[in-house]
Amino acid sequence: MRVRVTVNGEQREDEVEPRLLLAHYLREVCGLRGTNIGCDTTSCGACTVDVDGEAVKSCTVLAAQADGSEVTTIEGLAGADGELHPMQAAFRAEHGLQCGFCTPGMVMAAVGLLRDNPDPSEAEVRSGLEGNFCRCTGYHNIVRAVRAAAAGMNGTGARA
Amino acid sequence: MIPAAFDYVRAGSVDDALALLTEHGEDAKLLAGGHSLLPMMKLRLAMPGVLVDVGRLTELSYVRVDGDQVAVGALTRHREVESSPVLRAEVPLLAHAASLVGDPQIRRRGTLGGSLVHGDPAADLPTAVLALDGVLVLRGPSGRREVPATEFFAGYFQTATGPEEMLVEIRLPRLAGASWGFEKFTRRANDWAIVGVAAVDGRVALANMGGTPLRATATERALASGAAVADAAALADQGTEPGADMHASTDYRRHLARLLTRRALTAASGPSGP
Repeated sequence: MRVRVTVNGEQREDEVEPRLLLAHYLREVCGLRGTNIGCDTTSCGACTVDVDGEAVKSCTVLAAQADGSEVTTIEGLAGADGELHPMQAAFRAEHGLQCGFCTPGMVMAAVGLLRDNPDPSEAEVRSGLEGNFCRCTGYHNIVRAVRAAAAGMNGTGARA
Repeated sequence: MIPAAFDYVRAGSVDDALALLTEHGEDAKLLAGGHSLLPMMKLRLAMPGVLVDVGRLTELSYVRVDGDQVAVGALTRHREVESSPVLRAEVPLLAHAASLVGDPQIRRRGTLGGSLVHGDPAADLPTAVLALDGVLVLRGPSGRREVPATEFFAGYFQTATGPEEMLVEIRLPRLAGASWGFEKFTRRANDWAIVGVAAVDGRVALANMGGTPLRATATERALASGAAVADAAALADQGTEPGADMHASTDYRRHLARLLTRRALTAASGPSGP
């Protein structure tokens, strides 16, 4: 079947199998390997991307379901000039990662969290990222990064 | 993990979806948010030949007051259920239960109707709807019928929904001001309840204490005859046949059912729930 998806601002039309998962579509058809597949069971959140303004787990969405949608992946967050999105910059500044595997999904989920709640408390960040697992950091620096990003973005508006 | 091959059709309306179900029969499955069905398909526990995607039928996404009931469209997503001002005021147990499903990403995709039709005995929303004495509205080739929640759940992942039928609406009693409690015992974020309890208005439902969500009928009878909360809760596991797995033995599940029922009823005996 044919799907038309806008990925990181680029309109695409691709022939796909109906059973192709969005995560595989992004990685293998679009060549965007920033979206990781961790657990493959809707648990770990490494595959989180933005579909029509909502952070979702792309291992549990069919490419067919995304037909007609706008998808943003971690590659689409930074500005055209390469300037990091405030959430990416905050993860770097606060050292919100170690091995980096969870980071693309963590950043996309955090951007989605701030869209729902622009100024979350520490507890709200922790519950808001409940669907994203990091096995390295113990989460402390991730939570700090999200709150720093929120502080920096407040009043200036989120970009994604 | 890759699902077995299937054909995909996007339905343009409820009538269209019903026609597709009639055309393809038992080989077809409705796809709503897909957050129960797709994981099962990836594990090849479900292998439908045709997926009829109803996920964009916004006509079935609504929450509205209708007399002494609240009507919720079957495709209303968990996120909308948990944040709906109408449900938070009129059926707060359901809004609260929805806020505990999975995680934020899952709640943005999963739908109330999808969770109910999936019929997982460990799930939060079937238990809440059972405690609420909800009514499920099905549409099929022979028209529309209403099934009380007490008759809807038929067995593990089985419901009263026929192969050519579609759940279109869930009707719940307006219970503003009624006290309620909801207890979900898990060991990790994101897990299903090892045991769950929903209590509202003298009714108690249990999650994961058998092949379907169950009403704790002995507890309800005791409450109706004026028993103290602790005494009524001690009967919560009567008539249940919980399974044993890596999370809990049968005896431990029975213990949890009694304990969590007491907690839920204690919360429910307060002025306005937890």
